[in-house]
Amino acid sequence: MKPVLRSLLPFLVGIPLLAIAQALIPPEYFLWIVAIGVNIVLAVSLNVVNGFTGQFSLGHAGFMAVGAYSAAKVSLALAGVRVPGLPEVVTDELAFAVALASGMGAAALAGLLVGMPSLRLRGDYLAIVTLGFGEIIRSLIENTTVLGEALGLQGLPKRTNVVWLGVSALATIVMARRLAVSTQGRALFAIREDEIAAEAMGVDTTGYKVRAFTISAAYAGLAGGLVGHAIQLVTPAMFTFIRSFEVVVMVVLGGLGSVTGSIVSAIVLGVAIEKLRSLEQYRMVIYSLLLIVLMLLRPQGIFGTRELWDLRLFRRLPRPRALAATPGGASPTAVRDEGGRGGQA
Amino acid sequence: MAELLQHLVNGLSLGTIYALVALGYTMVYGVLKLINFAHGDVYMVGAFAGYYLGAVLGTDRRPNVGKAALVTMGAMAICGALGFVIERFAYRPLRHRARLTALITAIGVSFLLEFGFQLNPLVRTPIEFPPGPAPRFFPALVDLGPPLEPLGATVQRIDVVGFVVAIVLMLGLQWIVYRTRFGVAMRAVSFDSQIAGLMGIPVNRIISGTFMLGAALAAAAGIINASSRPRIEPLLGLMSGLKAFVAAVLGGIGSVPGAMVGGFLLGLVEEFVAGYTSSRYRDAIAFAVLILVLLVRPEGLFGKGRVEKV
Amino acid sequence: MSAGVNPLELESVTMRFGGLKALSAFSLALRPGELVGLIGPNGAGKTTAFNAITGVYEPTEGEVRVTGEVVNGRRPHEICARGVARTFQNIRLFRELTALDNVRIACHAQATSGFFDALLLTGRHRSEEARIVARAEEYLAVMGLADRRDEIAKGLPYGEQRRLEIARALATGPKVLCLDEPAAGMNAAEKTGLMQLIRAIRDRFGLAVLVIEHDMRVVMGVSERLLVLDHGDTIAEGKPEAIRKNPKVIEAYLGDAYLEEKGVKL
Repeated sequence: MKPVLRSLLPFLVGIPLLAIAQALIPPEYFLWIVAIGVNIVLAVSLNVVNGFTGQFSLGHAGFMAVGAYSAAKVSLALAGVRVPGLPEVVTDELAFAVALASGMGAAALAGLLVGMPSLRLRGDYLAIVTLGFGEIIRSLIENTTVLGEALGLQGLPKRTNVVWLGVSALATIVMARRLAVSTQGRALFAIREDEIAAEAMGVDTTGYKVRAFTISAAYAGLAGGLVGHAIQLVTPAMFTFIRSFEVVVMVVLGGLGSVTGSIVSAIVLGVAIEKLRSLEQYRMVIYSLLLIVLMLLRPQGIFGTRELWDLRLFRRLPRPRALAATPGGASPTAVRDEGGRGGQA
Repeated sequence: MAELLQHLVNGLSLGTIYALVALGYTMVYGVLKLINFAHGDVYMVGAFAGYYLGAVLGTDRRPNVGKAALVTMGAMAICGALGFVIERFAYRPLRHRARLTALITAIGVSFLLEFGFQLNPLVRTPIEFPPGPAPRFFPALVDLGPPLEPLGATVQRIDVVGFVVAIVLMLGLQWIVYRTRFGVAMRAVSFDSQIAGLMGIPVNRIISGTFMLGAALAAAAGIINASSRPRIEPLLGLMSGLKAFVAAVLGGIGSVPGAMVGGFLLGLVEEFVAGYTSSRYRDAIAFAVLILVLLVRPEGLFGKGRVEKV
Repeated sequence: MSAGVNPLELESVTMRFGGLKALSAFSLALRPGELVGLIGPNGAGKTTAFNAITGVYEPTEGEVRVTGEVVNGRRPHEICARGVARTFQNIRLFRELTALDNVRIACHAQATSGFFDALLLTGRHRSEEARIVARAEEYLAVMGLADRRDEIAKGLPYGEQRRLEIARALATGPKVLCLDEPAAGMNAAEKTGLMQLIRAIRDRFGLAVLVIEHDMRVVMGVSERLLVLDHGDTIAEGKPEAIRKNPKVIEAYLGDAYLEEKGVKL
């Protein structure tokens, strides 16, 4: 299969299925779908930093805000634009795609700027820096007139739907999986295991940490853009550290390093929040206790680092495999083959 | 000139708070190599402890120095106990696990305090606890009279008292750290807890003591701050804790004199920059300082980069 | 031996930590394909030397040169890219990852595809991944660990963990291999196997090997040349036979009471 086709395969299969789902799902479930879809994007993307790489970021909501506001601004700017020859529906979707992409780009840039100074150091600085960043972003937004200050930006077109949410969630999951099975992704896990050894084996640990952080921030920006265009509004109050904390709880509960775990807890907590509205007041206290108890009793969360795709029946999914032996080709490592003298105890 | 002096005064007042709280961060980091995320919230608890003790002792009716002292010491004791409990039940069981695990627990404890205090009151007498999300007003603990006005600046007498109390506490801490056996033991554990243990130092007790000491200082800071800025609420520790942490990093995390210097320096910088530009950027200043320190000199003013043995 | 630049040279390297001088004016010229042993009592500065070579520490004084290029102050991954690989005194495998993953990661340092390629699943990425997996499997086979491919590293027996660490270091494609106490914790038979293995590796891959070891039999049996450290100073250098009889070396290990007893005067 040609690489381009193989690369896009999940989406070629997924989009039609999502379109069918969109037609079938009754509109009263819209907010549920938004909550779950956005949670999946947030949790899986945070897992790349907190789980795969073992660095602790508490600022996911900050990147969400950057993405949401950038997407909103672009959306509002493109509001009346028409491309001659294209039907309005298509232009709208294109405009939305451009808005989302801008959101991701802006959030990625923010991730780069925050990550570069903080990830150079070993230690727990990242948690505080990212927490501070989230608060500062909110404070800056609240004090900037062109961003609507505390009232935010209104009148955003309602573009988010099942297909967009599904595609975004799929994109995030595909990103995480491809990273996890690749050698580059394995290097992230190595950094988590033993940063010194990883560095000694040639892994540019800072560079890798920054890359993971930037990618993660970009997807948080995507989530922000989706949320804004679902409720047609972006305000600073939507992106507080409480939001960041909720995502952290999701990732830790599911298992730091398990994409499957993040998806499961995103769904479980998304549903639980709706069902337990009456306990709203206690929600944060319950989360805090959950976190503490988890760390004391089962720090690996539900899934640890295990994945659904590690199960036997998914073994056939693409993963790096050695080339079949090429006739007449030299073994990649041999200078002279000495035939198994090494390592006999 | 009056404006300059005013900013100086305000900066020192602010710096006192940062310094006292930063000391807790730095001491705990020294002995445990852990950033005690919940420390800023202990500061908040200190302010509320003072609020409740004040209500019980009736300071709003007849404030006097005796009651003020009682309230302060009581709050310090309560927070000391809180510090002990947090260390004993949330951090100690995880001491041999990965650092990430302890960090996550610390975050959990921090949020537990912040949101626990935001719950609506479950008991109503003799005090309404938890206080709930709405801000409360800290009572004046002593009636000191009208503000002083040197050279055109306005200085509240309570701020002077607070400053003096803070200096006394810091001197007391210096004495403890450098002139008592506990202090020697604490520094030994900071340097290498394994060796310290082998030398016969009761490491667990020293760590508990360090936590309690830091928490008590944070409580004092909470009361001093609430006396000047009486509006208190459960999220008080979030921003202040963050800034105090920046102060500790600025001074060199792990260094006791560094925390004091860093605290005053940050207070002055924040006050002067906000004063001469705009108070809207007050919070962003601390963050900018943090990024600058991490980029230019991550070990801080007094810190020494500790080499990790491979 | 090819004429040309030595893969590793240390010139008068000193490591100071505050008031402590852990390594004093340490010099070494490692020739291509040479097997050199570094011995000395505990705390002599041997691992410090390794750390200075691999960039964990920046030398306080002196120069470290890899194929002629001064690498003082470079980060460890940059020094690894220039051809120096190492193992650790206390095994530092990626414990929760498989044996294959441990070696794969070391291979990647020479890969050209990056994150973007991984995410987009480009053709270049896929063929490079295939090559990396093949190479990693080869290195595992060389070290006799082919059937351990999918085992989690922390579950492997101790001896195999040590061999895995060596396989991982080899996978970085080094010109110089630094082994820090590779025989620690092994029994006599395993140690003999290790000695053969080190020589076989040197022969097969054409690299220079620097070994820190406490076991005299192993290091004498493997090394063509020895350096002896004590309290940071280089107290002797030469062929194993000469070192064995050197009174200063004997004193450093056994103390001068032993020498007095034997009637040797320095």
